[in-house]
Amino acid sequence: MKNKTRNLVVALLATMSLGISLGVQAADNVQSLRGRDVAAPELDPGGYVVPKDHAPTARDYVQQPPLIPHKVEGYEVSTNFNKCMDCHSWTRYRETGATKVSLTHFKDRDGKELSNISPRRYFCSQCHVPQTDAPTLVDNTFKKAEGLR
Amino acid sequence: MSYDNNRGGLWGRLRGAGLGLVLLVFVAGILFWGGFNTAMEWTNREAFCISCHEMEANVYQEYRNTIHFSNRSGVRATCPDCHVPKDWTHKIIRKIQASKELWHHFLGTVDTPEKFNGKRLQLAQNEWARMKATDSRECRNCHNFEYFDYSIQGRRSTRMHQDGFSEGKTCIDCHKGIAHSLPAVEQDIGSDKGGAAPEVFHPTEEKPAGAQN
Repeated sequence: MKNKTRNLVVALLATMSLGISLGVQAADNVQSLRGRDVAAPELDPGGYVVPKDHAPTARDYVQQPPLIPHKVEGYEVSTNFNKCMDCHSWTRYRETGATKVSLTHFKDRDGKELSNISPRRYFCSQCHVPQTDAPTLVDNTFKKAEGLR
Repeated sequence: MSYDNNRGGLWGRLRGAGLGLVLLVFVAGILFWGGFNTAMEWTNREAFCISCHEMEANVYQEYRNTIHFSNRSGVRATCPDCHVPKDWTHKIIRKIQASKELWHHFLGTVDTPEKFNGKRLQLAQNEWARMKATDSRECRNCHNFEYFDYSIQGRRSTRMHQDGFSEGKTCIDCHKGIAHSLPAVEQDIGSDKGGAAPEVFHPTEEKPAGAQN
């Protein structure tokens, strides 16, 4: 009985110390998204330019969320107001000449049809993004989907 | 001869006194007017506006992120450029109306961000109505649409500006919330926010009859 307790305590201690040392090691390996130490100087932001407003860009792959063909700097998307929906909603697109939101956005997560855009689609820029003139990060041989060429 | 002399003397003295009085009133007038105008202009500065924490902690912080505060060429529009008319008559009327704002400052009507946001819809609607009534006069102090060059405007602005002007719209009809955060605006996404109604946010009354939307 006594031995059992001692063994348990030893095992527990061993597990804990291993856990701590692994944790420390893991912390050493963690690299922030920024890729630098907090105290290190900022990375060069690149100064990439968002192209001027242009006609909608064709899709490159099936089910690609259409890209934003204009600047979105300073556009408010908050609990009070969604700037995107001020032009792209079904009540506004005729007046503004914007592309209207896809009807797929009117479904809730259970596939039930709603009478307007589902709140889960509220944050447009989670999927729809503008482009800049930045070069590709890695060389690649990407080709447009066959049916979209 | 002596009668003439007497009259000339009296007239001369009167004239001297009258001229002196006129001169005194004239100089006093200059000093008063100069002092009054200097004092009024002293209140027409960004530094004066944000000396009240209601302005400094709320609307000023929002404005700091916008193009009217900071931009590539450094030409700024400060608080009074948009919120106080430039010409004297309208300026003095606005300044007298602003005494109400002083009253509410001392009452503490919007002295916390929560209270300010609670009033934001009403405050914004007041300002939209004022801009609408003056055909966005304060915008047009700097932005004169007669001199717009549509060949160098963006695709969207070229279209929307020309459509808007032909429908008789004014700047504020579309350009709301350009320098401060908007109040809740009803866009019918999810539950009712109790915000500004669509017809308030996008006034439609000037549209020609039979137009769509």
